[in-house]
Amino acid sequence: MIATQQLTFAYPTQSNVPTKQFTFPDFSCADGETMLILGKSGRGKTTFLHLMALLLKPTGGSIQIHNQEISHFDSAQAAAFRAANVGIIYQKPHFVHSLSVLDNLLLANYLANKSLAKEKAQHLAESLGFADHLAKKTTQLSQGEQQRVSIARALMNNASVILADEPTSNLDDDNCLRVIDLLKTQTSEIGASLVVVTHDQRLKDVFEKHLYL
Amino acid sequence: MNLLHISWKNLKDKPLTSFLSILLMSLGIAIISLLLLVGKQLEEKFTRNIQGIDMVLGAKGSPLQLILAAVYQIDSPTGNIKMEEAMRFTRNPMVQSAIPLSMGDSYQGYRIIGTTPKYIEHFQGEFEQGKTFENALEIVVGAKVARNLGLKVGDSFASQHGYDGEGDHHEESKFKVVGVLKQSNSVLDQVLITPLESVWAVHEHHEAEEAGKGANALKLLTEDEHSEQGEEHHEDEKEITAMLVKFRNPAMGMMISRSINENSTMQTATPAIEMNRLFALMGVGIDTLKLIALVIIIVSGISVFVSLYNSLKERKYEMALMLSMGASRTKLFLLLLSEGLIISVIGYVLGILLSRLGLGVMAQNVEQNFHYDFGVLSLLTEELWLLAGALIIGLLAAAIPSLGIYKIDISRTLADD
Repeated sequence: MIATQQLTFAYPTQSNVPTKQFTFPDFSCADGETMLILGKSGRGKTTFLHLMALLLKPTGGSIQIHNQEISHFDSAQAAAFRAANVGIIYQKPHFVHSLSVLDNLLLANYLANKSLAKEKAQHLAESLGFADHLAKKTTQLSQGEQQRVSIARALMNNASVILADEPTSNLDDDNCLRVIDLLKTQTSEIGASLVVVTHDQRLKDVFEKHLYL
Repeated sequence: MNLLHISWKNLKDKPLTSFLSILLMSLGIAIISLLLLVGKQLEEKFTRNIQGIDMVLGAKGSPLQLILAAVYQIDSPTGNIKMEEAMRFTRNPMVQSAIPLSMGDSYQGYRIIGTTPKYIEHFQGEFEQGKTFENALEIVVGAKVARNLGLKVGDSFASQHGYDGEGDHHEESKFKVVGVLKQSNSVLDQVLITPLESVWAVHEHHEAEEAGKGANALKLLTEDEHSEQGEEHHEDEKEITAMLVKFRNPAMGMMISRSINENSTMQTATPAIEMNRLFALMGVGIDTLKLIALVIIIVSGISVFVSLYNSLKERKYEMALMLSMGASRTKLFLLLLSEGLIISVIGYVLGILLSRLGLGVMAQNVEQNFHYDFGVLSLLTEELWLLAGALIIGLLAAAIPSLGIYKIDISRTLADD
């Protein structure tokens, strides 16, 4: 479960650049639910997502994950909480270049100080259709495959919230629907809330709950 | 999975860059370690062999040459001196012991030294088999000579004139092996030792034979005259190559030494002084090489620095990603640091192996030319310092660019790309 109330944020002032103040609408997304946040560029979609992921510290308002207030966490607390409870999928799938697909998945366990779940990685790879590629380098995979690997990575620690930032904007229609479908099935399988921010109008019909920025 | 695993993968991901850094590190380490090894071994060998020798008495010439020839048996002798003349000085009460040496012959490239049993005692030679010589043409064989030539007690052989193995064979008088020495790590190992009388005997025969071959009436005549003058005269004419002298009081020895140099056709040389001069000469070269090696190690550090600096720019997103996945900045700092350390450690290990290999190759060369051997030693204390130095350079080179980890703005880096 994730919810925010009266969340505000302003980037630190830079000379000659007027400070842009963001105010975000309240929303909540229960366990097993999905939420699509739509908005044009510059409306603070990514900022909103980073606030929820504790990558940025809000200037006001509150965020709860699992009924726990997290907006006041310092960066060390935030890192530990994020590693254990939040899975993030980025617009471009990024990996640790030198590691294999499998090691990139296990890295999520390692960095969250959890025991390495090889079986879970294998299971996810099979469900998401890249089981044959586990030993390969991530750069040897196609964009669609890479995005599926990053979904698997976000699920490795059984997070209670999965946040996806434009997960489909680089994919063609076929891959787009396939990836979103997998994302929805996999998150509901672990009972996590799924929040997707995007400007991709193709996703509108696939999600029931929408929020416009 | 752990940090080392990830850093190792990172290094393997850039094989050429890592190879270059490791190569530079190992080259620098190898050169310094080789210099340390050679220096250590030379010093050990050289000081062991001059222990208890305060002065060497020999024919005039280069004092360094005299020491190298008479003590270390690696240079040609400066010439011969009269036994009687040498004895006149060594009968001095200030002289504690004087060991005469007569050189000039060899067997299969190993030198034969005519001397007294005191020579073996001086170097604390112990017998592996047999006993010391008593009569002319009995010979005691050094450990390495026996090993390399397969000589044992009871064998006999003819010596050769000169050291190059191409001299005339003294076929008519054969040496008989009566003893084989144990390894003593001194000059004894690489020589054959026989009484002075053997050398004289071999060469008397030799002269007579040559004279006979010449069939020159006049020469035969002088030869006859020579022998008529009797044994006593002959005794005076006995020649040796050098005399190893130990004084009761080395300071007093200086006076004898001066008097010999001023009043005779002989010269004296002090092993310690000559060796110090030699080491001082070599020291300049060794210091220069050490400096070059140090520069190579530092360049290796710079290479680690540059490659990490560049890769950190490329891997900025990767780092932000790991931070977003829960890694602490310190963890990532350690990750990058260990990349530098791995290069240092691998470079060090390869460098040490390389220096042993180099020493092995050098030892073979040196052994062929001088019969001096270098054993491959275990790690020297100085080499542990070298490890510390390599680690520090690796750490510094990695730490400076890796500090950038603490400046990464996770959100901005992830959003920018």
